[in-house]
This record gives sequence, C-alpha cells and structure tokens, in this order.
Amino acid sequence: MKGEKQATGDQQPKITLAPKVNDFSLTICTVNGSGSTTANNTLYRALFRMGIPVSGKNIFPSNIKGLPTWFAIRISKDGYLARVAHDDIIVAMNPKTFAEDLDYCVPGGVVFYADHINLPVQREDIITYPMPIKELIKKADVPRNLRDYMANMLYVGIVSQMLGICMESIQQVLRFQFISKPSVADSNYETVLIGAKWAKANLEKKDRYSVATMPALKDHIMADGNTAGALGALYGGVEFCGWYPITPATSMVESMMFFAPQLRKDPKTDKETYVIEQAEDELAAIGMVCGAGWAGLRSMTSTSGPGLSLMTEYLGLAYYAEIPVVVWDVQRVGPSTGLPTRTGQGDLTMSYFLGHGDTDHIILIPGSVNECFEFGWQAFDFAERFQTPILILSDLDLGMNQWMTKRFIYPDKPIDRGKVLWEEDLERLKGEWGRYQDVDGDGIPYRTLMGNKDPRAAYFARGTGHDEYGKYSENPQIWKAMLDRIKRKFETARSILPNPVLRKKNGAKIGLIAMGSTDPAVFEAQDLLVQAGLATDYLRIRAIPFSDEVKHFILAHECNYVLELNRDGQLHQILTLNYQELSGKMISLSISDGMPMTAAWVQTQVMEKENK
Amino acid sequence: MNEKPAAQVEVNAAGLSRGDYQGEPSTLCPGCGHNTISSQILTACYELNLIPEQIVKFSGIGCSSKSPTYFLKRSFGFNGLHGRMPSLALGALFADRTIKGIGISGDGDTASIGFGQFKHIIRRNMPMVYIIENNGVYGLTKGQFSATAEKGLELKHQGRNPYIPIDLAKEALISGASFVARSFSGDAKQVRELIKAAISHYGTAVIDIISPCVTFNNREDTLHSYVWGRQHEAPLHDISYVPYRKAILLGEFEEGTTQEVKLHDGSVVILKKLETDYDPTDKWHALRILEEAEMNRWLITGLIYINPTQPTLFDFHDLVDQPLNRLEVDRIRPDAESLEKLNDSMY
Ligand SMILES: Cc1ncc(C[n+]2csc(CCOP(=O)(O)OP(=O)(O)O)c2C)c(N)n1
Ligand code: SF4
Ligand SMILES: [Mg+2]
Repeated sequence: MKGEKQATGDQQPKITLAPKVNDFSLTICTVNGSGSTTANNTLYRALFRMGIPVSGKNIFPSNIKGLPTWFAIRISKDGYLARVAHDDIIVAMNPKTFAEDLDYCVPGGVVFYADHINLPVQREDIITYPMPIKELIKKADVPRNLRDYMANMLYVGIVSQMLGICMESIQQVLRFQFISKPSVADSNYETVLIGAKWAKANLEKKDRYSVATMPALKDHIMADGNTAGALGALYGGVEFCGWYPITPATSMVESMMFFAPQLRKDPKTDKETYVIEQAEDELAAIGMVCGAGWAGLRSMTSTSGPGLSLMTEYLGLAYYAEIPVVVWDVQRVGPSTGLPTRTGQGDLTMSYFLGHGDTDHIILIPGSVNECFEFGWQAFDFAERFQTPILILSDLDLGMNQWMTKRFIYPDKPIDRGKVLWEEDLERLKGEWGRYQDVDGDGIPYRTLMGNKDPRAAYFARGTGHDEYGKYSENPQIWKAMLDRIKRKFETARSILPNPVLRKKNGAKIGLIAMGSTDPAVFEAQDLLVQAGLATDYLRIRAIPFSDEVKHFILAHECNYVLELNRDGQLHQILTLNYQELSGKMISLSISDGMPMTAAWVQTQVMEKENK
Repeated sequence: MNEKPAAQVEVNAAGLSRGDYQGEPSTLCPGCGHNTISSQILTACYELNLIPEQIVKFSGIGCSSKSPTYFLKRSFGFNGLHGRMPSLALGALFADRTIKGIGISGDGDTASIGFGQFKHIIRRNMPMVYIIENNGVYGLTKGQFSATAEKGLELKHQGRNPYIPIDLAKEALISGASFVARSFSGDAKQVRELIKAAISHYGTAVIDIISPCVTFNNREDTLHSYVWGRQHEAPLHDISYVPYRKAILLGEFEEGTTQEVKLHDGSVVILKKLETDYDPTDKWHALRILEEAEMNRWLITGLIYINPTQPTLFDFHDLVDQPLNRLEVDRIRPDAESLEKLNDSMY
C-alpha cells in the first residue's frame, strides 16, 4: 500500500541500539470516518510547538467511512520534510490492515496496537506495546456516541508519554483546535491524560525513540497549500471565483469562503468585494471565470485533472481572445478518475499543450506552501499583465497536507492591473486604439472593459479569427500575424516569471532538475548523495515558459536527471522539446504510484544510473 | 464625444439616432429570421432610449450566435463557446451590475449542448435577456436536426426525425424562470414589444423566438417555417411596453381588457388579453396553456409567464455598490497587519 516494504530482519530487537532523538517516522493506521484526524493533528502540531521540524501526510481513501487511512508523521531535527517509505513507529488501530502495516516497520521499530486487535504479531524484531483502549475508554466515562472518537485521544496520551511529547503542548494544541469550545478541549485533554497515566504506570520503555524540545520555530507556521493559495488569491485581489467541487481542489475554495468575509468586506460599507459562485460543472465554472476576466475582474477557479479536461475549450478561447484568468490545478493521479485521493504531477504535459490549435500557457509550479501563497497573489498580476490564462500546478500532497512552512510574506509589489484603457485614456488617445494592436512591441495589446462609457471603447470579443480591431477576419496574413504576435507575449513573460531556485554543492558535475512538491525529497537526496560521495546541483523549476537560467543549468552539467511524479517524465519531455540540442544531457527519472516522492528513491535511482 | 446628429436625423430621448444602434452589415442568408430579430433588438433599444454603452451582448455558436455583431456596434460583446453563453454572461455581468446583458442563442446552442447552462442560468435568475433564435435546425453546420425539430420532420440529407421536440418555453417555465415569452420572427411588433419587456425585467427573461431558416428548414408544413408560423400563430394577448415616465400612453388601451405587471425598474408591462381568463402571473395556467398548445399544434406567442419579484442572483450576493471592475486596488487587497494576524494563528 505504501510503496517499498521493509525486509524483516532475523535478529531480535536490540534494546541496546543507539537512542534516536527527534529523528524518526511514525504512522498511525486507522479507519476513515473514525474521527482520528483531530487526534493525529494534535500529536503532529504538538511536535511542531516543541520546535521540532515535522511533516505529516494523510494517506486517505476516496471514501467517506470505513476504509483504511494512514497518517504518516516524520520528525526530523535536520528539517527534512519528505516522506519516508518505512516506519520506525506504528500506531495500529485498524485490525484489517494490521498484518500489512507491520511489514513497513523497521527492525528495532515499535508497534503500539489497540489490544482488541486479536491478531498475532508475526515479527520478532520489533517492540510491541499493547494498548487496552476499550477498558480505558470505559474508565474515561465518555458518552457512548463519543467512544470511538475519544479512543483516538487515548493513543495520543499513550504515545506522547512513551516518546516524551510535552503535555503542555498537547493542551495548547487542543485549545487551539477547539478555540471556540474550551470545554471540548478540556474533555479531550482529560482523555489524553488517562492514556498517559496508564502508560506511565504500565509500560516499560524498551525502544530507542524519543523527542526533545528544540528552539522555537519562530518564522514558521503550519498550513496546507490550498489554504495558502486561497489566502494568496484574497491578498491578490480576487474578485470572482467560479468553481465546481473536486478532490483535492475543493478545500481551496472552501478556505476562500471561510476567509473572504473577514478579509474582503469593504471597510466603509461592510459589503463584499468578491463573488464566489459554485457552478453547475467545470464547463460553466470556466465560462464564468472567462466572462469575469474579460470584463475586468480578477478571476479564478480551482480544479483538478478531470475538471481541467473539461475547461480546456474555454481556456483555448481565453488564450486566443486574450483574457486574464487564473486556474489552479491541484493535481491528483490520472488518467481518468484515477486515484482521486493520491498525489502526482501528471497534468504538466496537458497544461503545457492545453487546447486545440497552437497555444502557449504560462504555468506556475509552487514547491512549498509558502509559494502557494506567493503565486496565489502574483498569478493575477501575471494574468492581467499578459492577458492570458495562468495555470498553477499544485498537487494533493502540497494542497491538502499540513506543512511546516515559512510565514506568509505580504505582497512586495503593488497590484498590477495591466494595460487597461478607461474613459480618460481614450480621450487622450482621441479614440485611436485597436484591441489587438501591439503598440509597445512586447506583444501585449491594450484592452477596454465593459462599462467604459466612451462610445469608442467597445469591441466584440470572439474566439473566431479577428484583426487588430477585433473584427471578424479569415485573412491569411492577419491570422498569421495575430498568432505570431501572441507568441511574443510568452517571450516577454520568460524573464518576468518566477526564477528557478538553485541549490549548489561543491564541485558538482551532475544536475538534478525537479518541480513542485517533490522539493523536500530532492533536497534531502542531494545531501544523501553527498554522503554517498556524489555531489549534485539542484534546480527547481517554478515557471514555464522557462527562463534562460534553465538552459544555462543544463549546459553547465555533464548530465541532468529530471525527477518527477508521473509515468512518462513529462517535465523531461517539455525540456527536451525546448532544448532539443541539449536532449543528450537530460535523463528522465519519474515515478507514478500515487505517493509523494522519497529521498531514498531519488538516491537509488541516481546512483543506479551513475553505476555507483 | 457623441457627434451631434444633423438636424434632420430623427433622434430618441437619449439624443441618439437609429444609426447609433446599428451593427456591422449582416452576413446571414437574406431572409433569415435571425436578421429580423436583430433589427427588432436594435429598434427596441432605440425606442427605450438606452445608451448602447449600457448594454452588453453575449452569444454562443451558430448563425444565431453570430448575429450580435449585426446590431449595437457601440456595445461591448462576446461571442463565446457553443452552448456556454450563459456562464460567460454570468461572470461578466458581475463586473458592472448597471449594464444590461442580452444573450443570443440558437436552438442547437440552447436545447442540446447548452441545455444545462440554460437551465442553471434560469435557476439562478441571473438578470439578463436570453433570446433563442429557434429554427429547428443547426443552421451553421448546414441543416442537421436540432432538439426542437418536430417529430416526423423530413429534411433533405437527414431523413426523418424520430424524436419528440423539446419545448423551450416549457423547459424555462419548469426550471423556475421569472419571465417566459415566445414569439415569431415575422411578427416584428410583438418581437419588439417582448424584447422591451424582457430588457426591463429584473431576472432571466427567456424569449423563444421561432426564426425560420430559409436555407435548411423552411418547408411550408413545418412548425418553424414562415408559412406555417403565420397561419398557426395564436397570440396570447397583445403586449405593449410603456416606460414609466410615459405612463400617459396607458389611455390607448381599452378598459377591462388590460392587465398591468409592474417590472423591477419601475416600468410597467401592459398586457392586452385576448383570452379574457389568461393571467401571465399564474404559472399553473401557463403550463396548461403550453400543454394544450402542444396537443393542438398551436404556436402560443406572447408573454406566457412573468414574476417580477423573484429574487435574482445579484440579490444572493451582498456586493459593494460600485462596479466591481472599477474598485480601487486598495479596496481589493487587505492590509499587511491582517496577514500578520493570520500568520500568528497558523501554528
Ligand atoms: C464544441 C462545438 N461542437 C460543435 C460545433 C459545431 N457547431 C457550430 S454551430 C452548431 C449548431 C448551431 O445550431 P443553432 O444553435 O441552432 O444555431 P443556428 O445556426 O441554427 O442559428 C454546431 C453544432 C462547435 N462550434 N463547437
Ligand atoms: S443557414 Fe439558415 S439560420 Fe443560417 S443564416 Fe442561413 S437562413 Fe439563417
Ligand atoms: Mg438553429
């Protein structure tokens, strides 16, 4: 289920193994719909409050209740946030997956298990702690309907006691999670304490894992990419959002609905400065968004692969009629309905070529939650500056998981509304203007907006062939000139879009190229490779069309590994198309199994290719 | 800015001549019903003294959807995608709620590919005029059956249509439309008056206008042909639109045969009933009339249903008064302090 399994060691657990402090992984195995989310988040956030770098991944089914769910926490004093495929510690609450879950435990690892799981523990090389959940819950005197839910709080108490997670942090987190219901926070905490007390009195510590407080992570926050994207949009001045629910994009608009009333009501009148409209489908969502963008609103939608497929025709029109819109694709795994609750980077090629005929699209690829915020507001400036759709490719891992990330930074540039002519501008130009004229030589024309009262302002927008004034035309020269001019916009964009991020290692001759949410895995792999004697430089691409730095990077390295989460190596394909003369310098390393990339995978793949 | 028209040119109360409402020359077939509708839209706007800049046009794809180029050149317009005019209009109209939206669609555009969007714009009661230029065929793709084509109709290359037609007026009504009318492109006066009423209505105003395709569907015995239309039209009532400030014209109507429906903008539609018991505010009656008409193969024309007080999509959003597309940048970006507070709350 979770990728590579552990080879079971023959040896007995050695209690004498060196202690591991703030450096291990822990997976909680439950059933979805059992209310374990609050418990898992409590553990997770308590660790963060102790100043320990953590990452958490919710691996969940496309289902509402009854199927297995895993919550994998990685604790890393060195700040590595990527997924690891093995587990040091397992908290087993789901009898159905128990046997399989054990397979992922490392030799010398630990299993906490609810003792109603009446199954043999087949492994002799791990340490087991049974937890009398049923019995304890009876003692806890919780109402019958809350028993399952509270059982989760018991493992929070037991695990915290055994690992040394600070009870005060747990209490703070619960108060934060139930900010408006202090009594609920208190009753949860009492249950946690029952678990902790029992563990203290009954379990003898035999394993090597523990946590210890570190200096506070002051410049960090904990957030998910979808919330970050929504906040970015709200600070970017979004005025219209048309959308249709789809995992894993839904929570972006839901966050927007949550935050918009507090952030975007007009201070003077208390009225709204935004519209969020749930459409009847993605065909309509993007139609609304194109209409709004055309009429001068900062306009966006958020969707995932199947939705983007449906939006394609309108986005092609937006490309050719030059309409600013922002489209978030929070990627899941395709083709087809695929794995709706798993992560991937499989929509890159589709986004790059989106639409029939010749098209170009600006694609932004955030690699952290913080960048989701940043690109969230910047995208509107780019859309209006270049008068074209901006596609932002996030993914489920980035969008839906809670990440430790840098604090959001307030936009450092004023809002750029692009080239718009209002009444006074037309007056100044004596009405001399053409919607699709390239006056400034950058390929970007001027536009007027519906509502402009000057009789010379109006033009007729269309997806059919048109001349510089927007008038219908089938003239071959005009058609060609128009399409060539549009292409120039993307040349202009190349140097203005977010630059790639470079991380160099001394003496590296090998390049690693990646994008988006695989950043933590590639970052960590770079360090692992140095330890294994292989220095690499790492370039994280953040935007397409590529800036010249990408080419320079490829040129500067003997060999470049392009790492990504899809079957066909889509980034590699696009790089090869762009730099055909350098194609011999690029090797594709890609995987699509629905899981976030691990550093170990990167390391193994690169070492294999390097014959090391 | 406006050039003063020469003294002899007739102007309306807005000081504009008919020329100010014109569009590009039509490239549709001579005699196409759609052209008559375009010219009635033009006349309606002229007679209502609307400023072209206060209007925005939308359309889908089809011969019908091409027609917005042929009227109101001074109005903004957007020719969108096949069947997806409503969503385009919805998004755009939020940018400036003082602008009147006129959507033009065809029967292929609305009753097939765009059926979902048609129903949903009605359900939202988005304030706009929604005209379907209904000819029972796909004109632009050269004469395939549309979903409003009559059962049993035979066309040259298509053979016989085995399916029962979709009645767009009925569909609008059962979707909860606040304004449903039908007319026939050959009845210029009625088309014009219904368009005026629709423009004044606050909500989605659907007008299904039978508009014969002279090239592909004009056999004399079909529902969408000129000859058939003229002979089988059964006007519900004469309708005359009278702007509020000229209410004095009311005297023209005979007492006892008229009914007033007050529209949102304060103007009044006066309905002259031919059937003395017809009440266009009675939905149940409207449905029955349409069912009866279908059984009798009648073409009911006129204002079939109206509810001027039904809440609209704009009412569900509590928006600032100014046009959203003119909001100053500092009103759409929250301050830095608010972000610091948010940062502090995320741990
Ligand atoms: C997505 C898509 N599918 C098909 C077409 C081809 N097409 C163009 S017009 C049309 C039918 C138009 O029929 P109708 O709306 O009745 O307009 P009319 O020409 O009869 O006025 C079709 C199918 C298209 N433009 N787009
Ligand atoms: S083909 Fe028919 S619908 Fe199209 S322009 Fe000609 S007459 Fe009109
Ligand atoms: Mg038609």
